[in-house]
Amino acid sequence: MEKELWKGNEAIAEAAIRAGCDCFFGYPITPQSEVPEYMSAHLPKAGGVFVQSESELAAINMVYGAAGAGMRAMTSSSSPGVSLKQEGITYLAGAELPAVIINCMRGGPGLGTIQPAQGDYYQATRGGGNGDYRTVVLAPSNVQETVDFVQEAFDIADQYRNPVMVLCDGLIGQMMEPIEWHPVKKRALPPKDWAACGRKGRDHHNIITSIFIAAEECSDHNDHLTAKYAEMEKNEVRWEEVQCEDAEIVITAYGTPARIALTALDTLRAEGIKAGLFRPITLWPFPEKALHTLAEQDHVKAFVDVEMSTTGQMLDDVRLAVEGRKPIRYLGRAGGVMPTVEEMIDLVKSALKEVK
Amino acid sequence: MFAAANCSHRISIITGHYGTGKTEFAVNLALALAQAGESVMLADLDIVNPYFRSRERRDLLEAAGIRLISSSQACSDADVPALPAELLAILENRDIRGVLDIGGDPVGARVLARFQPKLIQEDCQLIYVLNANRPEVRTPESAIAYLRGIEATTGLTCTGIVNNTHLCGETTEAEIRKGAALAAAVSQETGIPVLCHVAEERFASHLSDLPETVFPITIKMKKPWE
Repeated sequence: MEKELWKGNEAIAEAAIRAGCDCFFGYPITPQSEVPEYMSAHLPKAGGVFVQSESELAAINMVYGAAGAGMRAMTSSSSPGVSLKQEGITYLAGAELPAVIINCMRGGPGLGTIQPAQGDYYQATRGGGNGDYRTVVLAPSNVQETVDFVQEAFDIADQYRNPVMVLCDGLIGQMMEPIEWHPVKKRALPPKDWAACGRKGRDHHNIITSIFIAAEECSDHNDHLTAKYAEMEKNEVRWEEVQCEDAEIVITAYGTPARIALTALDTLRAEGIKAGLFRPITLWPFPEKALHTLAEQDHVKAFVDVEMSTTGQMLDDVRLAVEGRKPIRYLGRAGGVMPTVEEMIDLVKSALKEVK
Repeated sequence: MFAAANCSHRISIITGHYGTGKTEFAVNLALALAQAGESVMLADLDIVNPYFRSRERRDLLEAAGIRLISSSQACSDADVPALPAELLAILENRDIRGVLDIGGDPVGARVLARFQPKLIQEDCQLIYVLNANRPEVRTPESAIAYLRGIEATTGLTCTGIVNNTHLCGETTEAEIRKGAALAAAVSQETGIPVLCHVAEERFASHLSDLPETVFPITIKMKKPWE
């Protein structure tokens, strides 16, 4: 298949169109503005609807409305804008509505910087909104994966009637990479017989809501959601292991830092240092069992967690999986500065020295 | 060598569809001019892209004796379309060889419009960078549509096409040749000459059969893992 050169953000938009996205609602913010820009030019031609909303809050609530009517709906933003969408995301989860949300992360907190970061891991995986809910979080580390995951995200969302987030950092959105438009496997999806899109001879109205005033009823609803999240944990967890079979030091990283880690691995392996990479691809569900199993291996002496965040956000999940079996060192850079290949190499070497 | 023969005008204005590799070409052109002994100023006038701008290579450029002119804002990461007043130095000092790195598409080229009255009095060339792997400019018709859009926005006339067809780390000789065919088709339709084919040094010697010059480059706008 012939490769083409695409910018991450425009590829996200094109992937959504190819996945049958009916509606896009968004508001510009650097570094993801090419997503709405591309959508505005191309989605209407594909028969879809593009609305530049008056705010991020409006966009996520338009997604709620369109998803409730059975449409494939998407919104995208970058960190501060995604913060504004959190209320809408918990409502989507509560009302069991499928939707795709893109976060092309930039440096924070607050307005921060337009340069890339990964400081929204907690927000994405713990739920930035209220209540007990989960969103599947897919974390691509190159433009090809981003394109594939965006298409699959629509199917995952429809399968579980749940919002799905594709979490990339600004660099993935902004960089140019060769990709191919290979077919992405389609899932067998249930009919949207719950959608509020006209009664159509049914004996009841379909109602989309996240309100369950009676405590018993709300408790049952939460139990139902929890069972659904357990299914997601069972079926959707994904990760990649690179050269972990004999690794003494395992780097844990996702997105762009995982990409940087691959270059570090080349250098380390060339120097005879047995280093590997464990890359979570779904951040929720986190590949806890796989990482736990790796931590139990005798050849693994220590972990080095690398993130574009200085508070060690994924580090929490790494610790929960490793359960103290092996020491974990941490390298974090935030505010738009990325960890370098050299910094990773140095930390792996010093971690190895400590455990040997 | 290349620079003197093919970019003989005092000011080179680098435009094109976004993502075609304008900045990589602009940085390499500035370095080639400096190496040929010219006094060079490179102006980063990209008001579209927030990342991968020539201002990120300030140290490299300054080490080569090139003066970099970028946003008038103290913070180079600021997301504001502020233009540097120093740009006038390129327009008014005729001892300077200027390279203007312009943001993508007609929208990026809009920065040039206010300087058009000055630019047309100078010895300058508007260069259109083409990459046949960019889906929106892969056919002669779409490539010409962007070219005409940039001319209309700037009030300037394009005088040269640069084939910069690549696939980042996956570039092959065949890709460059595919771009050469596209550039030839655009050239035939518009009458605008093809100035050169950009190729990483490892490909340059394999492309000597192409009718136009090959400009050998080394990649300067690297990603953090490269």
